[in-house]
Amino acid sequence: MKILVPVKRVLDYNVKVRVKADQSGVDLANVKMSMNPFDEIAVEEAVRLKEKGVATEIVAVSIGPAQAKDTIITALTIGADRGILIQSDQDIEPLAVAKLLKAVVEAETPDLIIMGKQAIDGDNNATGQMLATLLNWPQATFASKVVIENGEAQVTREVDGGLQTLGVKLPCVITTDLRLNEPRYASLPNIMKAKKKPLETKSVADYGVDVAPRLKVVKVTEPPKRSAGIKVADAAELVSKLKTAGVL
Amino acid sequence: MAALVIADHDGAHLRDTTLKTIAAAQKLSGEIDLLVTGEGVAAVAAAASKVAGVRKVLTAESPELKAEIAEDIAAVVAQIAGGYEAIAFPATSSGKNAAPRVAALLDVSLLSDVMEVVDAHTFVRPIYAGNALETVQTSDAKIVMTVRTTAFAPVAAEGGSASVEAVAVPAAFPGARFISEEKVVSDRPELGSAKVVVSGGRALGSKEEFDAVLNPLAEKLGAAVGASRAAVDAGYAPNDYQVGQTGKVVAPQLYIAIGISGAIQHLAGMKDSKVIVAINKDPEAPIFGVADYGLVGDYKSIVPELMTALA
Repeated sequence: MKILVPVKRVLDYNVKVRVKADQSGVDLANVKMSMNPFDEIAVEEAVRLKEKGVATEIVAVSIGPAQAKDTIITALTIGADRGILIQSDQDIEPLAVAKLLKAVVEAETPDLIIMGKQAIDGDNNATGQMLATLLNWPQATFASKVVIENGEAQVTREVDGGLQTLGVKLPCVITTDLRLNEPRYASLPNIMKAKKKPLETKSVADYGVDVAPRLKVVKVTEPPKRSAGIKVADAAELVSKLKTAGVL
Repeated sequence: MAALVIADHDGAHLRDTTLKTIAAAQKLSGEIDLLVTGEGVAAVAAAASKVAGVRKVLTAESPELKAEIAEDIAAVVAQIAGGYEAIAFPATSSGKNAAPRVAALLDVSLLSDVMEVVDAHTFVRPIYAGNALETVQTSDAKIVMTVRTTAFAPVAAEGGSASVEAVAVPAAFPGARFISEEKVVSDRPELGSAKVVVSGGRALGSKEEFDAVLNPLAEKLGAAVGASRAAVDAGYAPNDYQVGQTGKVVAPQLYIAIGISGAIQHLAGMKDSKVIVAINKDPEAPIFGVADYGLVGDYKSIVPELMTALA
């Protein structure tokens, strides 16, 4: 069984987000970039399926600038077998990403796609569902447990108020939630090995997909600032302040 | 043209997320139809028909729709989408699951987590876990959006008298089946929608201490319990308690952070709360930078005092 894992290069989750003064976006110059945390969980899950003998090959694919190669190498370090970088300096919207990934799926014919439920930059939570729709495949989003059995993925999903388990026939798209697993740390030998694994670079044009944006970013602003309030002396004063504020 | 709102309900009652999503959709159209999907939804449809400003209530029923299978919800919505210029889902787990499918079926973008409708084509939505707000203008002919319901005031639940009609349900999507569900039965509200959240951090030191300190306080306040990533990573609280950029983003009326230093990661998940209280023994903790009311001291003595003061 072959698994395709799309991965995205994003601002590292521990880095403070700074909005550019001209309101054109978030400042990504000279800051640490990493693999989207949900995608890291997706790669880890694919690697565990390979270690269990369920999967035979894992292909990591990223769409992004030349530096997204590092993101693919991270996936190869965790244990993916080879990588594809679709190089583009344009910010590609989820629908166009789904269309590009569909073209990759047609070329690679994976049995399963595991990907993050959302990227922590755009927070759209859309690409996996869109890709499944374009492929006319079933989907299981927000996965906290995945069992592959008899050509079906039994996926426990994090839903409002609890958990839901769905059975989705392969091929399908699974999107990962936080509880699915804890990605392993990169070991030095694996980092060395990853650098020797095949990594192919493609262009958007190779796939003949229209990636023209549908959305125009008018501006990106900082949310209303919260300023520090007051220090209260004790619990009684706190309760009285909260009552005055009308929240108790 | 009209707007279609997909109702959020528990099988018996409409949730107020539905009323808030209607409020968002009303900024796009004066004619709102409400789609109720599920099975045995007569009571919900009756309640829906009374909601102020609703033109028509549509019902779609099947076992798959009851199980909230996204493929089937999207198929129903796409089938009737031609009559609407905008389609709005509340940004619940079910809405987030199905809305992108509708957008893909219609070949339009999804506007996720809309927190403000500026005009018919312009929307404000949070990016980077709410650390930045993006104003986007769409060139798509149809709007498909999920609505961050905490950003909108609900429309009145009474005052309308809409008609109710059933819509045809397409054949079930092959390859997706419902196996089971485990809904948490708790007297406490859900973390994502609670009016009060009590959260604990690494300072609590153990799972036993975390439960012993937070549970009684949450009980007293009718609050949901949350945790910082550090507390979750240390095993003091389960992962679904995590408030933060990679966990849940909450915006309750009152957020009480106990023994949480306030890493960027955590602040991203709770800074839209109306009132924030921080209890921490380190007066320099970053959490105090966003707290409306700070109490410097040991939670071990402060929390019992708080319990007494609340009694």
